[in-house]
Amino acid sequence: MSIRLSTGGRLIDRSRKIGFSFNGKQMMAHPGDTLASALMANGQMIMGRSFKYHRPRGVVASGAEEPNALVNLGKGKRHEPNQRATLTEVFDGLEATSQNHWPSLNWDIGEVNALFARLLPAGFYYKTFIHPRPFWKHVFEPFIRQSAGLGRAPDPRHSDPDRYEQFYAHADLVIAGGGIAGLQAALAAGRAGLKVILCEQSAQWGGRAPIDGVEIDGQPAADWVDAAVAELAQMPHVDLRLRLMAAGVYDHGYVIGYERLGDHAPGQDTPRHRLWRIRAGRIIAATGALERPLSFAGNDKPGVMLASAMRDYVVNWGVAPGARTVIVTNNDDAYRTALALVAAGLSVPCIVDARPEANGPLVQEARASGLRVLTGMGIASVKGLRGVVAVQLCAQDGAGEVLEDVVCDAVAMSGGWSPVVHLWSHCGGKLTWDAAGAFFRPDHARPPTDQKGQGFVICAGAADGALLADETMVNAAKSVGRVLAEHGKSGAAVPVAKAAAEAPMQPVWVMPAGAGVKKRAKMWLDFQNDVKVSDVQLAAREGYESVEHTKRYTTLGMATDQGKLSNINGLAVLAQALDEDIPRVGTTTFRPPYTPISMGAIAGEARGEIFQPLRRTPIHGWHEENGAHWEPVGHWRRPYCFPKKGESHRDAVNREIMATRNGVGLLDASTLGKIIVKGPDAGRFLDMLYTNMMSTLAPGKCRYGLMCSENGFLIDDGVVARLDAESFLVHTTTGGADRIHAHMEDWLQCEWWDWQVYTANVTEQWAQIAVVGPKARAVLEKLGADFDISAAGLPFMAWAEGKIGGFTARAFRISFSGELSFEIAVPAAQGRAFWEALLRAGVEFGITPYGTEALHVMRAEKGFIMIGDETDGTVIPQDLGLAWAISKKKGDYLGKRAQERSHMTDPTRWKLVGLETLDGSVLPDGSYAVADGVNANGQRNTQGRVTSTYFSPTLGRGIAMGLVLHGPDRMGEVLDFNTTKKDAKGEMRMIKARIVSPVFFDPAGEKQNV
Amino acid sequence: MLTFQCPYCGVQACETELAAGGEAHLKRFGPGSSDEDFEGYLFLRPNVKGVHFERWRHAMGCGKWFLAARCTATLEVFGTYPAQTTEPPPEIIAAIKARRPDWSLS
Repeated sequence: MSIRLSTGGRLIDRSRKIGFSFNGKQMMAHPGDTLASALMANGQMIMGRSFKYHRPRGVVASGAEEPNALVNLGKGKRHEPNQRATLTEVFDGLEATSQNHWPSLNWDIGEVNALFARLLPAGFYYKTFIHPRPFWKHVFEPFIRQSAGLGRAPDPRHSDPDRYEQFYAHADLVIAGGGIAGLQAALAAGRAGLKVILCEQSAQWGGRAPIDGVEIDGQPAADWVDAAVAELAQMPHVDLRLRLMAAGVYDHGYVIGYERLGDHAPGQDTPRHRLWRIRAGRIIAATGALERPLSFAGNDKPGVMLASAMRDYVVNWGVAPGARTVIVTNNDDAYRTALALVAAGLSVPCIVDARPEANGPLVQEARASGLRVLTGMGIASVKGLRGVVAVQLCAQDGAGEVLEDVVCDAVAMSGGWSPVVHLWSHCGGKLTWDAAGAFFRPDHARPPTDQKGQGFVICAGAADGALLADETMVNAAKSVGRVLAEHGKSGAAVPVAKAAAEAPMQPVWVMPAGAGVKKRAKMWLDFQNDVKVSDVQLAAREGYESVEHTKRYTTLGMATDQGKLSNINGLAVLAQALDEDIPRVGTTTFRPPYTPISMGAIAGEARGEIFQPLRRTPIHGWHEENGAHWEPVGHWRRPYCFPKKGESHRDAVNREIMATRNGVGLLDASTLGKIIVKGPDAGRFLDMLYTNMMSTLAPGKCRYGLMCSENGFLIDDGVVARLDAESFLVHTTTGGADRIHAHMEDWLQCEWWDWQVYTANVTEQWAQIAVVGPKARAVLEKLGADFDISAAGLPFMAWAEGKIGGFTARAFRISFSGELSFEIAVPAAQGRAFWEALLRAGVEFGITPYGTEALHVMRAEKGFIMIGDETDGTVIPQDLGLAWAISKKKGDYLGKRAQERSHMTDPTRWKLVGLETLDGSVLPDGSYAVADGVNANGQRNTQGRVTSTYFSPTLGRGIAMGLVLHGPDRMGEVLDFNTTKKDAKGEMRMIKARIVSPVFFDPAGEKQNV
Repeated sequence: MLTFQCPYCGVQACETELAAGGEAHLKRFGPGSSDEDFEGYLFLRPNVKGVHFERWRHAMGCGKWFLAARCTATLEVFGTYPAQTTEPPPEIIAAIKARRPDWSLS
């Protein structure tokens, strides 16, 4: 059982105690503990259950690479799953619960999966759940969904009560990693005057050196680290940050950092997390190395952990994972753990070394202190169900014949080290295989490159493969020296680090080498996703030769730890199975972030009301005060309708329509796009932009036009007004202003740059109000205009300007409703005053504000198309009966060539018609007209679809528009349209609708032309 | 998050203020062109791995379109230049050749 030792623990404050809870049980810890160390100090070795087999698992590592000890933290609004116990600093009152178990951590029903492990090999889902087909949806998937999943998502009814923010920063140099390599690099760069951000993901500076007994310049590493940090803290151009992880490296020196400000100290008035968005000239990745597990049977049992983690717990936190620990290794570094355990008064019954010989200084020191060193040996199996009770030893070369049982309660394993090359690799840095160390390290000839083609990430120290402290220092100095040289500076004197020399390691990928299938099925590679040596070998036998395919087939390295411990072991096993060299098999892709970052940090302050900026028209306030029901349109909010007290939205819409058709209505049309196109070539330019002729438009007149993409498809429509000989005012759809303005600029700047045309998007400079209905002119006359607004003086499709009711105004005689209509633009600042003046003048005429839904219904009653309803990016004007708006005279316009393609002139293209249900009901939006027979997928054939559908209060019935095969030639024919409802026999209910003209109301256009 | 220097306003801009516009120096084919030419103009892109000329707009800045020559494999930027040209200017060609002696404008 794990215990707190009576002495030791360089990071904990033994003078103080704090309380926390795990699965509701109260426990004590010291400030400085991680949740992992605190749990072990309380004898809690099992911290979670594995994903597939629900095997009990203890902590295996001491840092970010931890695959097993994932817990739920907090509760209620602050509940957060999948937090690593090894990175969680304990605070007073912390609440944690274990996950992926039922009903309890110690007794889990899912553990029976393990009994059937033989039946759950790699690719099990793919092989098993294919047939019979309907079973997937109704039997397999619900079952798998229930038992799968890691952790529990926060309650969606809560919003996160914490604050998050983002920082933008620029630096000459970002150094990721605050171990001795990172600190040395920061010292050199800081002394040379570079702007530096030094970030360390954990809460301590110094990395492994202080734990491993390293000496630097003759003093203990911890003292050197303290002095280095103190000196750096004095430099104003060096930003030192603990708990800040360089999460990802992207193009041209972009770095994402993730800072945990409040996790360890809740209740402070700080944001919880902070996302850093850094532009770095250079990035030094001093990210160290991770120890690898060894693959022996039972290597996943609680109590088996990495040798380096074992010594971290003893030295940093004064916690002993076991009283009797067997060390198993293929290298000298693990002997440090043996010595540290002995120094802490713990028992090490033996050191099992897979190498035939072991004579390095650390080995000799272990032997000298009386430790039993067994070379050429391995572990055949680990005994114990929910912990370790003994290990069985065997010859590494053999098949696993047991030579000896050794009673113990913990195992410290070391399979060698892998440099943390993630930041090097994120943006394309390539790796090379180091046969001596059996690891991938950065290939200096192929770094990720910046704008100038220069490498911008430089690995330093262990991350560059320089694992021993003395090499680390030299390597770090060299790495930072390259950055300094680019700035025309040179580095300072290199501190001399001293650590015990180490004899070469020997790669061991399977222990023992000749293990049979039974043993290999108990050797875990990926602890979190339960992938074993046997699974990878099976994948290889089944033909998965690519490491990327094997990863996805077996799920190796696909868990939340992204294979930090498992990837190298897994691909070595794959290489062996394929009889290939490891570098030829290669690695999977390293993708950011290095460890998961919170969604809160990604969102930052962009949540709630400021998630997206809101565009308000000048009349927005009036709408708000008068109970508008809002509809989002792009970034705008437009009133959908103005319901009166107790009135339904539908009733309000109907009332607004009837009031407009019979009297006068008022619409805030300010969101309409308004673009000035000006210059000697403006007419020529608009002729290219629109399908019809605009250059012939006379000043004072308006013309409706269609805009197509070069691909031929309709992208926007609207009315163009000619202001004078050289100036046009282009009206676009509400959502189209920015897009169409950009479209214009694209063609003007990149294709017709010699044309003299200037464009300006003046959408927000004008408030625009549509005064609509038979009494519209009467309202304006009441208000008083200083220019002729009579039917003769300002006819349909003309415009004029002057003063209306004292307001400077432009009045456009255009109509989107079929009624007598004036669209009046006034300077934006006058918008609300003018709106209110119109309302006052209109009282005696029953003037009624209306919203977008009334607008939509009235345009549909008239058969006017709406971009986005009748069009969807695949519709051309010819489909919509708009051939009249396509010039036959023009030699060219955008989309003309495309509309000559065979598919565009195909007579079977669906065409616009009106649709009238026989029973007067409203067709469902998007409903399809069914045809006889089925297609190749067994789906019912179709011959048309509904594009707009409304209840028309004017006609007292449902009306719709749709695109129908040969539609205009089939007037009067009745089609069946599908619904989502079923009839009594369980068949899909159909609605019958007759093909009619899309112009339902006032086909002769008499009402608008008055 | 690539960065380019806008040749108009001089700002070193990153992708948050730029809009990508695909391959540069396309020759427009309008009415009267063959199906093959029109297809090539509208749809067919070589999607090169290596030196590439492309269109960018400083959309959240000065609003100007400009062209960039960069390597799609190494993300190296050889230069940016105004959009009002049908072919890469000599100084851009020279900058590319200085870094890629074997490259030629095809």
